Amino acid sequence: IYEVKDNVAVVRINDPTSKVNTLSRHMQAEMVEVMNEIWGNAAVKSAVLISRKPGCFIAGADIKYHTHTHSLTSLSQEGQKIFDQVEKSPIPIVAAINGSCLGGGLEFAIACQYRIATKSKKTILGTPEVMLGLLPGAGGTQRLPKMVGLPAAFDMMLTGRNIRPDKAKKMGLVHQLVDPLGPGLKSPEERTIEYLEEVAVDFAKGLAGKKVTMEKKKGLVQKIQDFVMGLPPVRKQIYKTVHSKVMKQSKGLYPAPLKIIECVQTGIEKGNAAGYLTESQNFGKLAMTSESRALIGLYHGQVTCKKNHFGKPERDVKKLAVLGAGLMGAGIAQVTIDKGVATILKDTTEEGLARGHQQVYKGLNDKTKKKSLTTFERDGIMSLLSGQLDYRDFENADMVIEAVFEDLSIKHKVVKEVEAVIPPHCIFATNTSALPIKDIAAASKRPEKVIGMHYFSPVDKMQLLEIITTNKTSKDTTASAVAVGLKQGKVIIVVGDGPGFYTTRCLAPMLAEAVRALQEGVGPKKLDSLTTGFGFPVGAATLADEVGIDVAAHVAEDLGKAFGTRFGGGNVEVLKMMVQKGFKGRKSGKGCYVYGAKSKEKKVNSGAEDILKSFKLTAPPAVSADEDIQYRLVSRFVNEAVLCLQEGILPDPVQGDIGAVFGLGFPPCLGGPFRFVDSHGADKLVQKMKRFEEAYGNQFTPCQLLLDHAKDSSKRFHK
Amino acid sequence: MLTTNQSSYDLFCFILQRSKKEKCTFHFHNTTVNIFVAKSKKTLAKPGVKNIVLVDGVRTPFLQSGTIYADLMPHDLARAALQGLLNRTGLPKDAVDYIVYGTVIQEVKTSNVAREAALGAGFSDKTPAHTVTMACISSNQAMTTAVGLIAAGQCDAVVAGGVEFMSDVPIRHSRRMRKTMLSLNKAKTLGARLSLLGSIRLAHLAPELPAVAEFSTAETMGHSADRLAAAFGVSRLEQDEFALRSHTLAKKAQDSGLLSDVISFKVPGKDIVSKDNGIRPSTMEQMAKLKPAFIKPHGTVTAANSSFLTDGASAVLIMSEEKALAMGYKPKAYLRDFVYVSQDPKDQLLLGPTYATPKVLEKSGLTLNDIDVFEFHEAFAGQIMANLKAMESDWFAQTYMGRKTKVGAPPMEKFNSWGGSLSLGHPFAATGCRLVTTVAHRLQKEGGQYGLVAACAAGGQGHAMVIEAYPQ
Repeated sequence: IYEVKDNVAVVRINDPTSKVNTLSRHMQAEMVEVMNEIWGNAAVKSAVLISRKPGCFIAGADIKYHTHTHSLTSLSQEGQKIFDQVEKSPIPIVAAINGSCLGGGLEFAIACQYRIATKSKKTILGTPEVMLGLLPGAGGTQRLPKMVGLPAAFDMMLTGRNIRPDKAKKMGLVHQLVDPLGPGLKSPEERTIEYLEEVAVDFAKGLAGKKVTMEKKKGLVQKIQDFVMGLPPVRKQIYKTVHSKVMKQSKGLYPAPLKIIECVQTGIEKGNAAGYLTESQNFGKLAMTSESRALIGLYHGQVTCKKNHFGKPERDVKKLAVLGAGLMGAGIAQVTIDKGVATILKDTTEEGLARGHQQVYKGLNDKTKKKSLTTFERDGIMSLLSGQLDYRDFENADMVIEAVFEDLSIKHKVVKEVEAVIPPHCIFATNTSALPIKDIAAASKRPEKVIGMHYFSPVDKMQLLEIITTNKTSKDTTASAVAVGLKQGKVIIVVGDGPGFYTTRCLAPMLAEAVRALQEGVGPKKLDSLTTGFGFPVGAATLADEVGIDVAAHVAEDLGKAFGTRFGGGNVEVLKMMVQKGFKGRKSGKGCYVYGAKSKEKKVNSGAEDILKSFKLTAPPAVSADEDIQYRLVSRFVNEAVLCLQEGILPDPVQGDIGAVFGLGFPPCLGGPFRFVDSHGADKLVQKMKRFEEAYGNQFTPCQLLLDHAKDSSKRFHK
Repeated sequence: MLTTNQSSYDLFCFILQRSKKEKCTFHFHNTTVNIFVAKSKKTLAKPGVKNIVLVDGVRTPFLQSGTIYADLMPHDLARAALQGLLNRTGLPKDAVDYIVYGTVIQEVKTSNVAREAALGAGFSDKTPAHTVTMACISSNQAMTTAVGLIAAGQCDAVVAGGVEFMSDVPIRHSRRMRKTMLSLNKAKTLGARLSLLGSIRLAHLAPELPAVAEFSTAETMGHSADRLAAAFGVSRLEQDEFALRSHTLAKKAQDSGLLSDVISFKVPGKDIVSKDNGIRPSTMEQMAKLKPAFIKPHGTVTAANSSFLTDGASAVLIMSEEKALAMGYKPKAYLRDFVYVSQDPKDQLLLGPTYATPKVLEKSGLTLNDIDVFEFHEAFAGQIMANLKAMESDWFAQTYMGRKTKVGAPPMEKFNSWGGSLSLGHPFAATGCRLVTTVAHRLQKEGGQYGLVAACAAGGQGHAMVIEAYPQ
């Protein structure tokens, strides 16, 4: 398992059962064994720790098999113990990092005496535990602040952000960087790992012979920072600031960040022993919280939704055409060329095309500013985009995605025009947020090639793609659409056809309820704070402005026709009137709020308030407490989601949760509507809904599946 | 080797058994006889295609930048090479149909340096001249442009060459400052001018320096060379050894007067210069002491195993064979097939020779064994060693070049045996002509029929040319 080269023990980590190395119990035991052997070998003067997997050092710990606070605390303590031995190693240990070095992997690396990382694009360092509702439980909360300073350590652990190699060197997380190599006598990946090992062995020898020092040279700024951090009142102020910042951002709904602050503070102020104890206990506690379960559930769901469950499509999409260079069309084009697929962006006017082209360019250029792309890579990617006003080259397209105006007759016209020029194998995808796909497909000569691809705005930022199949859509068409979506980096749910599909259908009743609340005199700001207080990242009023009041009005009217009074609540006329007055949301500068000069404080649009006043409703006091308003909004969302599952629009609760969280911003700490029903209790939810039903009627009638779950508490959406 | 007193019948049998077609040296009664065993092809002359010849080639001494040439301008050096060529060949000035010259770092005042130098060198003002640029293979491009002009029947006698002057490079104002200065020209009122002047900040005064770096990747060439050496597992020791070899061979060639392409140049205000000044054979111990120059602290490319910044110019006279003979010249060599290649400027920046060599050999219908003289441009010792390893690798040939087998590495006894860019110096755009002239001279001196020139260049480009000895 290890090899001695020139008195340097080289330990090569390679988990044969997985594509990545994880710190499983088995691997931990093996590591202890190997390390003890090395420490007992007099010929070994130093050691190198390296992974044999290209693109992965150690990607984290494995917590699957633990179900009790107690056992999780002891898992954390075991980790702490091993890394403590590594830290106190009698011989220097060099961690040679290529690929992801995350969570437990990073904690291992920072326990070593020296760290060398490759500058590969795949090399990332970080502590993503907080995103799973956990904390770095193997000494991370104790070692990181000492290594990179308090502010940087908090930033890493509280955001979970990935640190790129250059930044890691700058902040003192690694000592040396090694350039990735190109082709030589072996493949670049293989040779780069070999080279990293050679360099690491040299440094290990240098460290053993005291020719290389472990100390990092500290700049003046660093020295000043260290001095300032040495002052207890300064530290106290930092804890306070960080705490209040976390509270402000998380509304206190996420326990992990607060526990992380507690661990760091205990370690620094009360010493190592207390710090380690707090860390392991908090780790055990956090792992049992519903928030952590929800976040881990989302993580696994996301992994599932990043796979193609429909098999390999018969043909790869090598050329894609996008119709309509609006916000959506240009966004779709951007994420497509970004992955190396030639794309035609067609619009009907030169102005529209120029705007879309500029949007794509800006999206890519922003990446060059962040240095994740060079200007040459940007230019190379842009060269894949062909902006045009005609149907030239459509005979070579493998897939067309239309993103034209949401109007059935326009969509029908487009289907006919496009089908006249595309080859027989070409798939026709429609990006609509509410129109049923089968209605659009009605104009098609080949409905088996028609599919819905519902992107979310802004396309380059929003991860979700909702794919909608009709009963005529062929399996290969679906497989191809999923393959394209995955290439574009999307998390994908595949749902059945119907008005509003899944996502829009869940959002519409919630927005209707929001309009009702506004009519009842809850101001936009109050409404926003109630929804964000429940965990939604964006408040309901702001969300309406972002989506566009005109779009909301359109959808509310369409779905209202399809589903009847159940989708009622707020008066659609409110939205229509706002659109009439030009209050279309952020894009028109006015919606519920006024957008304009860069003032920090968002101002409520008094024009919208006047409209609301003219549609004023009296709030029934029995169901208008703050918490009631929150549950009125959420229960309509959740009930509609459960109904989608009951009706078979949704294939399973996992995709329902992923769609709601990634597409609509359902509170991640609740894990999605289905996990929320499980953790909150279907019976409790049904009780609340019954109360609302009395006041408002059928909009709050729980669906049958929800009632079933309420009746039998052993029924759960997630096992 | 065979020795004395073998019958000619034995000798004949011996020759027939040799599968490799190479030069064999036989010793008969203390006299050495070189017998050339049949090559794949006796000549590369093709029916219906004009023979194009190298009449002669010269260069100024190559000097480390910042030394004796420091106060000149690029066209001064170019002029010296052109005048030297006229003197050497005795060519009537109006016999030249066209002049093509290469340069890399341009002096903005003489952007068509070919024309400025030609006028000053006393060529007829009726002879047109243009400048080409293709990084380190600029003068190769100048020569092949000349070959093209002659082959197309448009010219009969063309002068090609290249110049590089690193003692002075254009250092610019920052973009912001330039913009302000250009707007200042257009400003009509005093107020507008003052407000523009007022907008200048201290940071705008920071100058922009040219770097020997790829524009597309922003990586310096030395950095790329270090990564290339690492990719092919070339050790520091191998690189130092190769650099030492280059300096040792260059010194020997200089001392034995083999570098006859060098002309003497009276530098205005200074002495006559007649020797390259960068040749400095050192010891392995001294070289081992140097720290890496680009990748610190664990890199392997150092100042001692890289080519240094050099000032210099070169020129060659290229003619159709008929014209050369008609004018009474005895040409030195035929310029035959050539290729240009290009590949990934990031990870394969300096692998031009590896890609170009098999391609040009195939074009000529030759094999590596047919080549008697190799002249490769030595940008870095690590780059040369990496190329040699790549050419020796079947895996590399199959995986990256789409070839069935490797082309093979040149035997070292035929390789750069009069030194190379590492020791003689490397004025970017002047090196190509030096390589071609050296091949011609080595073919004459060492005997042999075919020579091969290969070079890498910034931008991930490369070049190779086959040169055939002119019958003596």
